[in-house]
Amino acid sequence: MQLRTKHLLGIRDLIPEDIQLILDTARQFKEVLQRPIKKVPSLRDITVVNLFYENSTRTRISFELAEKRLSADTINFSASGSSVSKGETLLDTVNNILSMKVDMVVMRHSATGAPHFLAQHIPAAIINAGDGINEHPTQALLDALSIIEKLGQLKGKKIAIIGDIMHSRVALSNIYLLSKMGAEITLAGPPTLIPRHIQEAFGVNVTYNIKEALEWCDVANVLRIQLERQNQVLFSSLREYNQTYGVKKSLLDNLTKQILIMHPGPINRGVELDSDVADSGHSIILDQVENGVAVRMAVLYLLSGRREANA
Amino acid sequence: MQGINTIMDEQQLKLTLKRLSHELIENHYPFTDTCIIGIQPRGVPVSDYITQYMLEVHPELNLRYGKLDITFYRDDFRGQIHIPSVTDLPFSIENKKVILIDDVLYTGRTIRAAMDALLDNGRAQKVELCILVDRKFSRELPIQPDYVGKSIDSIVTQKVKVFWGDEKKVVLYDSF
Repeated sequence: MQLRTKHLLGIRDLIPEDIQLILDTARQFKEVLQRPIKKVPSLRDITVVNLFYENSTRTRISFELAEKRLSADTINFSASGSSVSKGETLLDTVNNILSMKVDMVVMRHSATGAPHFLAQHIPAAIINAGDGINEHPTQALLDALSIIEKLGQLKGKKIAIIGDIMHSRVALSNIYLLSKMGAEITLAGPPTLIPRHIQEAFGVNVTYNIKEALEWCDVANVLRIQLERQNQVLFSSLREYNQTYGVKKSLLDNLTKQILIMHPGPINRGVELDSDVADSGHSIILDQVENGVAVRMAVLYLLSGRREANA
Repeated sequence: MQGINTIMDEQQLKLTLKRLSHELIENHYPFTDTCIIGIQPRGVPVSDYITQYMLEVHPELNLRYGKLDITFYRDDFRGQIHIPSVTDLPFSIENKKVILIDDVLYTGRTIRAAMDALLDNGRAQKVELCILVDRKFSRELPIQPDYVGKSIDSIVTQKVKVFWGDEKKVVLYDSF
């Protein structure tokens, strides 16, 4: 058994068996992370470059930890402070790095499709760590692992994705993954932040009423309002957004059942998620972060094995 | 079919497993400082049988029994991805004697990986190796078993497989 793809560019390219394989492997890595020595030698002959053209805390640390726990050599690259500011192109930068014998590229870029472009031009395996408003596949995989840990499976579960659907790569990857694995999806948020015709395109439900979404769902995945990606006014103020679409404790207290609250981070406290919800027993936000390392180890492990098979 | 030899039938297999159990008991009774670890996936049926039998004969034993997955320690995984199994070590091996159990000893590479995996879980006082079938003269690493079920002569193109279903047996067959 191995992945059908050479790169992990998006959940879109995966089949359910691939997703299952990654999640099963990640569970074994979680066990490795509980050991006194949290390190295995699997990738000791591999060098990975973490290419971050956009800011990141969790994803970057999580990938770097995953690489180190697999004994890979790592190089960190951030666009600021590099020759990118002198005008070097993406392809030139990557080819220069690869000529120093690097085997895998983990990449985040603000341009949608940047990793797909690279995949056509370089031989190394590429893992997308977020491209523009397109996909963030490892986030969707760790979300899935976190849900399965709490609810047993994805099939038939009701997942609400709440907030800025339009600018969120987490939303798109989650929609692909959850629908491939047989979960039901409802998107909720202001009409200006939910793309039109998304119901027909993905077979999901859409509601503009946050209370309705919370009453329906087993899990609410609350997304960050991406102020850096909005160049026009799509809602009047952060305060008004919080009043109408924020997830509040009072809303959760009025539900008849216990639901799980997820957030990919970083949280805008008091905007999309109130502090007393983020820190409550509903929240599995820190479990998500913990699962992130195991999921990324699984992806790196499974893709590194393809190297010689393809050569 | 041509080229398939049963080298142990069910009765011989059970007798051999019981003999191995008694050898372990002889050397390690009452198992206060010793733990038994089966290597995933194929060593586990052997270690399951041996530990169960030991408890039948000596119910007073306080056996520490674990399972070790070595997938992430293999030196051959680039050619073929192995699906990891579960590692289940509900105890510390620090300063304990460890008996590793596997079904077939061939090149010794699995055992090499298992020892690496074991070291990452602590420093054992001593590690011993218990093997159901030893394929002689085929080692690629300097590794020898302490307890052997049966030693056989075989060539590279042959394979040894242990069946644990309704009809338990060990067969040697040609793989082309």
